[in-house]
Amino acid sequence: MSGGLQAWLLDEAPGSRGQARAGAFYRGWLAFRQNGLAMVGLSIVLGLVFVAIFAPLLAPYGPSAQDLDFRLNPPSARHWLGTDELGRDILSRIIWGSRITLGIVLLVVVTVAPVGLAVGTLAGYFGGWVDAVLMRITDVFLAFPRLILALALVAALKPGIENAVLAIALTTWPPYARLARAETLVVRKADYIAAVQAQGASGLRIVLRHVAPMCVSSTIVRMTLDMAGIILTAAGLGFLGLGAQPPSPEWGAMISSGRRFLLDQWWVATMPGIAIFVVSLGFNLLGDGLRDVLDPKRD
Amino acid sequence: MILSVENLGVEFVGLRAVDSARFAVRRGESYGLVGESGSGKSTVLRALAGLIDNWTGSIRFDGRDLSGKRDRTFYRRVQMVFQDPYGSLHPRQTIDRALAEPLAIHGMDRREERIEKALEEVGLGHGFRFRYPHQLSGGQRQRVAIARALIVEPEMLLLDEPTSALDVSIQAEVLNLLDALRRRRNLTFVMVSHNLAVVAHMCARLAVMNRGRIVEEMDTASLRAGSARDPYTQRLMAASRGYDRALAESFRAFD
Repeated sequence: MSGGLQAWLLDEAPGSRGQARAGAFYRGWLAFRQNGLAMVGLSIVLGLVFVAIFAPLLAPYGPSAQDLDFRLNPPSARHWLGTDELGRDILSRIIWGSRITLGIVLLVVVTVAPVGLAVGTLAGYFGGWVDAVLMRITDVFLAFPRLILALALVAALKPGIENAVLAIALTTWPPYARLARAETLVVRKADYIAAVQAQGASGLRIVLRHVAPMCVSSTIVRMTLDMAGIILTAAGLGFLGLGAQPPSPEWGAMISSGRRFLLDQWWVATMPGIAIFVVSLGFNLLGDGLRDVLDPKRD
Repeated sequence: MILSVENLGVEFVGLRAVDSARFAVRRGESYGLVGESGSGKSTVLRALAGLIDNWTGSIRFDGRDLSGKRDRTFYRRVQMVFQDPYGSLHPRQTIDRALAEPLAIHGMDRREERIEKALEEVGLGHGFRFRYPHQLSGGQRQRVAIARALIVEPEMLLLDEPTSALDVSIQAEVLNLLDALRRRRNLTFVMVSHNLAVVAHMCARLAVMNRGRIVEEMDTASLRAGSARDPYTQRLMAASRGYDRALAESFRAFD
């Protein structure tokens, strides 16, 4: 990095809104970079994104290309991670499957985070009957074990990846609402909220522009820590035949079909299992690092 | 009278925080509310600012009754400065954003110009505009809070111990700034403080509060002359002259 850019970013008296924002972001990055494990997590997650984007270029074979002469072959020079019962290359399927995993994670995030934040901050800020209604609805969703509720939803709708995403989203948002509400209860008593009230701001404006930003960082942290759980739930649904359907190279479905050969052809189920493990670990390490950087009590 | 308060009462659960308070403030005047911690003076100010709903009695601002929901015009005309400048600025917002917010709420024009002017007026240059509160000292933050209150061009400023969280050396600076701004803009101040010297410096008239009641109303001249009638006021004045063992031992609670 050139000295000029760094000086611009770390300027104590920024000259514009953009510079102030970039500077704050850069300081966060400097703190994050100190954490070795978090950097490992970040590289794993970036690796997943890279693999998902460039899957057609990286995968040696197509996800459904069958090579029936090489069924259930152990890892070799021809098939680095071996082949499954239809002679499909496991490495290629894992690479293509990363797109499904990333897709599920992104879809769940964009639905769950805004809903949880909105419900939690509105309930926490306005209190009274708004709080009672929103939190009792949240309680209803929290009352069911997550995977069981997801199973019931998918079974009722129709097995498939879209319904799996929907089911995961519906079972994931309540803890976010709870978290955002708890933070809001602290923030709403702060002087800086009283100050905007005394300026004549409307309740909605205060929630959106002043309260919600204080809850965003804990939501982001919780989200990254939850990613592993989301991936595992998606894989679990796939494993039970309620998520992605064959021949889709979804990792959980791959393990499911490989379990029949677990004793003799261990690599069929183990390789996608390792993929799930590594990606989940990556998200967890990233979440840990982000928590240290984004914690509002840091300064 | 721009502001008149009659029979104001505020009750929190099991506690009568303010009891039948009555005072009136003239336009362009600086009025002080003095008392020890817990005397209810800040509660009076919060009721005036509309931050507490459950008050009883009557508050009239410029001839209009303030019970019920306040409209935006009121908040445009009356602004508040809080005690703790470390708590009253949003930790995630730049100074620029803090100053732009009241302008956006009241739909005011020429925002760029107003922000630059407001910063200049409180003695902070352009260099502070895009900083975050944690990059500022306490005195600088309180200047930002004052700029934020003044940016919508209010007629009245409610000051809740505006200097008690600051270093002694900074206190005088901020007080002089407030005094100069009041004269320049013909503002009305209602100032709460536990510090008699601060109130004597800033205000023409003052009310002394104890246990939720206004025990005495006087002007600064009689405060300086030491001619307080009420025994609580006399004790407060004695206490403000410094610590005295004999005096401290003679203290008893006033009910």
